[in-house]
Amino acid sequence: MKKPKLVVVGNGMAGIRTVEELLTLAPDLYEITVFGAEPHPNYNRILLSPVLAGEQEFKDIVLNPLSWYAENGIRLHLGKSVARIDRHRRTVVANDGTEEPYDRLLLATGSMPFILPVPGKDLKGVISYRDIYDTETMIATAKAKKHAVVIGGGLLGLEAANGLKIRGMDVTVVHLGEWLLDKQLDVTAGQLLQTSLEERGLSFLLQKQTAELVGNDAGEVTAVRFKDGDEVAADLVVMAVGIRPNTALAESAGLHCNRGIVVSDALQTFDPRIYAVGECVSHRGVAYGLVAPLFEQAKVCANHLAQLGIGQYKGSVLSTKLKVTGIDLFSAGDFMGGEGTEDIVLSDPAGGVYKKLVIKDDQLVGACLYGDTADGAWYFKLLREGRKIADLRDHIMFGESAIGDAGVQGQSRAGAMQDSDEVCGCNGVCKGTIVKAIKEKGLFTVDDVKKHTKAASSCGSCTGLVEQILMNTLGSSFQETPKTKAVCGCTDHNHGEVRKAIREHHLTSHKAVYDFLEWRTPNGCATCRPAVNYYLISTWPKEAVDDPQSRFVNERVHANIQKDGTFSVIPQMKGGVTNSSELRRIADVADKYHVPMVKVTGGQRIDLLGVKKEDLVSVWKDLGMQSGHAYGKSIRTVKTCVGSEFCRFGTQNSTQMGIDLETMLANMWSPHKVKLAVSGCPRNCAESGIKDVGVIAVDSGWELYVGGNGGIKTEVAQFLCKVKTGDEVKEYTGAFLQLYREEAYYLDRTVHYIARVGLDYIKQKVVDDAANRKALYERLLYSLEGLPDPWAARIAGVQKNEYIPIRLVTAGEPA
Amino acid sequence: MNAPLNTEQWLRVCTVEDIPRLGSRVVERDAGNIAVFRTASDSVFALLDRCPHKAGPLSQGIVHGETVTCPLHSWNIDLTSGEARAPDVGCARRYPVRVENGEVFLALASP
Repeated sequence: MKKPKLVVVGNGMAGIRTVEELLTLAPDLYEITVFGAEPHPNYNRILLSPVLAGEQEFKDIVLNPLSWYAENGIRLHLGKSVARIDRHRRTVVANDGTEEPYDRLLLATGSMPFILPVPGKDLKGVISYRDIYDTETMIATAKAKKHAVVIGGGLLGLEAANGLKIRGMDVTVVHLGEWLLDKQLDVTAGQLLQTSLEERGLSFLLQKQTAELVGNDAGEVTAVRFKDGDEVAADLVVMAVGIRPNTALAESAGLHCNRGIVVSDALQTFDPRIYAVGECVSHRGVAYGLVAPLFEQAKVCANHLAQLGIGQYKGSVLSTKLKVTGIDLFSAGDFMGGEGTEDIVLSDPAGGVYKKLVIKDDQLVGACLYGDTADGAWYFKLLREGRKIADLRDHIMFGESAIGDAGVQGQSRAGAMQDSDEVCGCNGVCKGTIVKAIKEKGLFTVDDVKKHTKAASSCGSCTGLVEQILMNTLGSSFQETPKTKAVCGCTDHNHGEVRKAIREHHLTSHKAVYDFLEWRTPNGCATCRPAVNYYLISTWPKEAVDDPQSRFVNERVHANIQKDGTFSVIPQMKGGVTNSSELRRIADVADKYHVPMVKVTGGQRIDLLGVKKEDLVSVWKDLGMQSGHAYGKSIRTVKTCVGSEFCRFGTQNSTQMGIDLETMLANMWSPHKVKLAVSGCPRNCAESGIKDVGVIAVDSGWELYVGGNGGIKTEVAQFLCKVKTGDEVKEYTGAFLQLYREEAYYLDRTVHYIARVGLDYIKQKVVDDAANRKALYERLLYSLEGLPDPWAARIAGVQKNEYIPIRLVTAGEPA
Repeated sequence: MNAPLNTEQWLRVCTVEDIPRLGSRVVERDAGNIAVFRTASDSVFALLDRCPHKAGPLSQGIVHGETVTCPLHSWNIDLTSGEARAPDVGCARRYPVRVENGEVFLALASP
């Protein structure tokens, strides 16, 4: 069968990004042809300013070399602009007569610089700043001429001005507005920026309207004349007064345009065979000129071109950053404020720092930062999430680090870090390596960085830092990781959708899930299979079959794999209480199996490290103890203090309470590991404040805390409620954990789950609604009822082959 | 392709049924263990049980499609070639496998 033909008009960032997204979704669906008016492969247009400033070369900013087109079987017409579209015959014709038929057409014609309609606009030396040709013209002119005038004090104009200054020209920036970057900054920040640029030797003429460009007899520009009669000398005039969507081609083909090619939420034009993305597009009345929204569009458009038909583009919230080395500014959202908004302002003009946050209805709606933009990414995140900020309000101005949310070592200031500073402590990745990979490999998302550098791919605690580095490196092209992202590359569905489908459509097997949700892979991958397995068994206990091959090795084998391929064995020791006979058996096992290390764990148990896989079953048998589940996304331990039985301060028998809880929760699988602690008095020796459920005894009963975490990022547990009896401790704890088991996404700890749904929601479901609490508790007990101890089951012969290697009996094996 | 193999070098290791679907078995050997994988469609592949990254036991990984994910640091290794999937680079040694009447044979030619 012949493949349908996809023709792409426009070889720039939006068009090619769409093709890339399409190729990952449906590699062989189309025969693809690309037209590009420029004689270059796709390059990173947003890095033209570093090229102009001499920080990078053109070859550094090429995103897709010619070999990429060849490898993906894409026919590329370079240097040919498309002159017309024949929608009736479904062909496009280029200016040199090249004709290509299409089944689907993608328009990504970008934008045109706006040229002021003044006399002299066609003189030699008058250019815009749009592509590599303009950039090269500027570089060449700077070598021969002296006076440059940049018309337009916006992002592009200032970047051009800065580059030309570095290239040795005298630069004057002419701006119609009252202050620089009046679309991106408020007046205070704009003035700070101007001062700083003046220190670099740039001159500014504000509130000046250009009347005419004056030329000599050779037709070269010599000066700029203003409405008020003033004049300034100019050998080069750069017009950077804005862009216009390039809709000429679409309009000539009769496509509906209104300040851009009008598209639907599926990026489809009024002709259903024709799609459009990028700066040429008008979506819900907005035309975007920054790269992050274009990439969001590309993703959705590719989804529809791949005939999946589920993506929806709903518009983008923008943030900006000036790519002038040494000047940090950031703005996002409604940073001007106005009626119904409140401002929080920090102003230190002498120190060159200015920050303004705009708040409306208890949400951050805008931010404008100058001088210190380290928290830009964080503010942008708060802004996009629309999170209520009442609890942060006291500290919000001082940034993410001020709320103790800074990741390891309190290093939240990516900008201040040296290239040699370590970012990812797990994989030993330095800032320089990440920045280099972002620039050289054209990375745009945290996921890209994870794949290519391994940073943030292990424990993930440096993800925020990596995000900041991305933001600092890319500026406005930074793409935040979407909050509700797909489970993995096998599907476009996110965790919530998968959970919902399993519950509502009564899916009880892996195959049913992959079929129903149209997984792209036949049997998932190492990321989605464990998640789906958990969702199945937690949603349909006693019905869905637990698939050992979909579990990570530790949960399949019921021991924890070590770097040399041996395993660690941690027997259950409820509440941390043991006795002489258990200790003797542990000692005997350590001797008999030559266990290289015996260690006391942080969870009040004993770890036998370095056990061979084939010895596991006999080790368990000789121990005669139950599995401690120290290897799973499951109940781990209940840590206790000695409590009222021995301790002179103890108010309740915390040890027994811990033992009861651990007995109740034995064999419980969960979205991530679950740790508990019970302390006998508010001195809290069992560290209940950093556990998923922390119980603290007081004289009149028990206080319950939830969502604590002592690991990657220390999180203090939040107070849930106070109860009177031990039975209530079990019921509330069980109900809370069941809610977490039913609703959290795989690999979310309780703290992440609570951050998503809010503590009020938990209280409502577990504390306020007694009937719901009892129902949750009963569902927990029902799913745990009858679950065998996994070690006992394997001693009895379950999954026998797993532990027995095949031994070659034939002698004389050549290897 | 590999040089033609002498049939005497084919060694029977187990039956296909001995290997769990989307799972593996380990063949112990002094010269380095071999992981024998079975896919959902009952294809059988054999690789040296050593991830090219940090020597993790590939046999303990999750098998999906024709790929195994190393349990130590989640490198994805192509079962048909032994090559790590991009962007990682490396290769685990591959051993020829033959399945006849449900019996699995490995060709253990000298390295």
